[in-house]
Amino acid sequence: MMPHMLTRSLDRAATIFVLIVAACGVLIPLSNLLLPAGSALQVPTYLVALWGKYVCYAILALSIDLIWGYCGILSLGHGAFFALGGYAMGMYLMRQIGTRGVYGNPILPDFMVFLNYSKLPWYWHGFDMFWFAALMVLFVPGLLAFCFGWLAFRSRVTGVYLSIITQAMTYALLLAFFRNDFGFGGNNGLTDFKDILGFNVQAEGTRAALFALSCLALILAFLICRAVVSSKLGKVLIAIRDAESRTRFLGYRVESYKLFVFTLSACMAGVAGALYVPQVGIINPSEFAPGNSIEAVIWVAVGGRGTLVGAALGAVVVNYAKTFFTSGVLAPYWLFMLGALFVLVTLLLPKGILGTFNSWWDHVSSKTPNAYSAAREDGVTEPKMAE
Amino acid sequence: MPAIVLAIVRSLLLSIALIVAAVPAFAASFEESVAKFANDDFSDTDDAVGEIAVSGNPLAYPIISALQDERLMFDAETKKVYVKQADGKIIDAATGAAVDKLPDNAAAVSLNNRLRRSVDAALGGLTLLSPDVIRRLSAAKSVFKSHDEATLPTVDSALAKETNRSVKQALTEARAAILLFKSDASEVDKLEAVATIRARSDQEALALLTEISGGDQPASVAKAAAGAIAAIQSSLAIWSGVQNAWYGLSLGSVLLLAAIGLAITFGVMGVINMAHGEMVMLGAYTTFVVQEVIRTRYPALFDYSLLIAAPLAFLVAGAIGVLIERTIIRFLYGRPLETLLATWGLSLILQQAVRSAFGPTNREVGNPSWMSGAFELGQITITYNRLWILCFTMAVFAILLAMLRYTALGLEMRAVTQNRRMAASMGIATSRVDALTFGLGSGIAGIAGVALSQIDNVSPNLGQSYIIDSFMVVVFGGVGNLWGTLVGAFTLGIANKFLEPVAGAVLGKIAILVLIILFIQKRPRGLFALKGRAVEA
Repeated sequence: MMPHMLTRSLDRAATIFVLIVAACGVLIPLSNLLLPAGSALQVPTYLVALWGKYVCYAILALSIDLIWGYCGILSLGHGAFFALGGYAMGMYLMRQIGTRGVYGNPILPDFMVFLNYSKLPWYWHGFDMFWFAALMVLFVPGLLAFCFGWLAFRSRVTGVYLSIITQAMTYALLLAFFRNDFGFGGNNGLTDFKDILGFNVQAEGTRAALFALSCLALILAFLICRAVVSSKLGKVLIAIRDAESRTRFLGYRVESYKLFVFTLSACMAGVAGALYVPQVGIINPSEFAPGNSIEAVIWVAVGGRGTLVGAALGAVVVNYAKTFFTSGVLAPYWLFMLGALFVLVTLLLPKGILGTFNSWWDHVSSKTPNAYSAAREDGVTEPKMAE
Repeated sequence: MPAIVLAIVRSLLLSIALIVAAVPAFAASFEESVAKFANDDFSDTDDAVGEIAVSGNPLAYPIISALQDERLMFDAETKKVYVKQADGKIIDAATGAAVDKLPDNAAAVSLNNRLRRSVDAALGGLTLLSPDVIRRLSAAKSVFKSHDEATLPTVDSALAKETNRSVKQALTEARAAILLFKSDASEVDKLEAVATIRARSDQEALALLTEISGGDQPASVAKAAAGAIAAIQSSLAIWSGVQNAWYGLSLGSVLLLAAIGLAITFGVMGVINMAHGEMVMLGAYTTFVVQEVIRTRYPALFDYSLLIAAPLAFLVAGAIGVLIERTIIRFLYGRPLETLLATWGLSLILQQAVRSAFGPTNREVGNPSWMSGAFELGQITITYNRLWILCFTMAVFAILLAMLRYTALGLEMRAVTQNRRMAASMGIATSRVDALTFGLGSGIAGIAGVALSQIDNVSPNLGQSYIIDSFMVVVFGGVGNLWGTLVGAFTLGIANKFLEPVAGAVLGKIAILVLIILFIQKRPRGLFALKGRAVEA
């Protein structure tokens, strides 16, 4: 299924992207495990975990780009799907602790013993099996997105209204997960993990394997997104983004398309969360904070919405900058930089890094603008007052 | 003969001895009572409290209140009792004479719960006759609670002398409470007492009546009590409803205040301003700065600090609003999602700027005297600051409505909102109107900050806690409609406060959020949606 609608430059970018991610996924773990510690080429374990985190963020950014860049749905609550996937994985990891917890209870996790639970809540059953947890990682965010989207898209909640209610959704979940009697560890969340599938989560080998898995997941997610957006379905999505009513009048069931892509995106975000939790070792309710979801949107905006590769790139670049600046003397100024990034990118770089680069490349090689940017300029950027 | 003489002498001596013994016995009874404390025996102490309470001695009150606070000291060897006064001075309990220092082995007279009750009752009886009205009132209330039979004569005499209406009422209730527990009170008295207590109809009256209806009472009294309990329970239910409604109105006014500026920028202009909460925060910090200046330079003006801060906050937030509109938002018209992101970035910058300038911790903003305190309305307590905020919100709302309706700027705003191109053709400078509208919305958020500084923590995160709620109010009420915002804010406020007792604060809030999400599915354009062409544009 060769995507004929995309120009050669994007094709090449996609191939290069897949190759780079694959190379990182193989080389970084190998260098970490095989080369002696202290060697110039050896990647220290903490960096493996850090970059693993970035890769998870990149998957989240991809999932947001799929719905925002190609379908015009700006979700300010994607952090919720990410966190739900993370909690599903966290529950599996909690059940794996067994008697090694502080209280040594074979069934109940520590926080439940502490909060005087007499037995496991019903929704914790089954999470001792990996296959079940893995299923839930996809199923729980997917189900929430399906119900939410079914209600929202059917009654034609669009644009900023949708953004605001997705934000309210993640805020409601934040409040709920903060409660101790909700059964997910309250404020402290789930932490103190021991092993995953029998391997110690702290071990170098496990971390390297998780990193490689994250890269694999990123490549898979990217290929799925590519398959979606370059198919006929993808064309309908772009049509919905640019002229929703017109698409509906042409006879397409806009709600079904939106619902499909929204649910798919939520499942991807869930997977990202599930890979994120064992690498950072904790999941707590702050992952639901509305600010996190908006920050994830800005990664996509920085990289270039509607480019997929750009979204992943944006996630890595912004998070690398965050790590770099918040660890040094510039720490108090990080929020200024992040805030300025939001403002400047929307004002000066509406296509993001990759989108701008693509336009420039098109200009330099004096070809006709590619299908993507033509479609984009057609609808979204035309200034009009909301009346 | 000598025998007779001897007998006479003996009887004389005896009678003298008796007289001598008898006179001091009468005069010294207060001292003897006081000396009983030195035994540190619970029943002796109880006797002493009873005797001292009726002695009429001016030292009675200090001694018994010292006993209550465990400041009454005794020396077991000399059998002397001392009062350690609150200021640390020592007096001899029996004579009132000042003493230099306590003996080394002095210890506090010990108390148990039964004693504490009789101490409370004795103090209540003693202060019933105090010249201070507030003391008399609280004494009458404590007698109502203790309903000790021994205080009945004091209550009766106090009642006869009392002139203050509220104290008299409290005394009547106290007397009724005593009579209900007095086993030999007549049935008529008891029925009257039940009626008096029923009229009080609060939680304490309910507790009292429940207590006596369990005891041994004449049938008619028990029946009256049962009737009174039912009546009080239904009245309490109504009052708790009234209280929830008041809390709801109060919360609604806060929500309205926070959302009303947003109703202008989002509702009228269609601009999503995620930095709206930060405008509120800037208003609150303006209040803080104004109060700091007043505190250091003109302390006498403190009561007027809010009146000075309100216009300043409007100007500060409004000016920043105009600046934001001119430099950022005007380039993003027609791209609401981008506007959302850019203003979110702005909110991060503003928060961090305030954090750098004023520090990350909460800042102290004081209440002026006219905003502190509370008054009672029936069974509920209404605090002045909440009441003023409600009035203030309504005033801001009315001024805003009037401004949109009757001023030239208001007319231009409405014209631009309804049809931008037509308004421009008519010679309205639309971009100037945009800037002023955005400035107005931001300025009102600043004024909201002045009011919210009175009830919330003034910290850089102040705005964050209101932004989601404000959007909910505007979206729920219907965009582009100030009345919708009003109804939306009060509906959400009251619904929240009625859910809170049932579901708890956090679950109530979650329930409200979920309900709004569901409501938006049903009516995507809010409660009072605009109809016609404007909708789809």
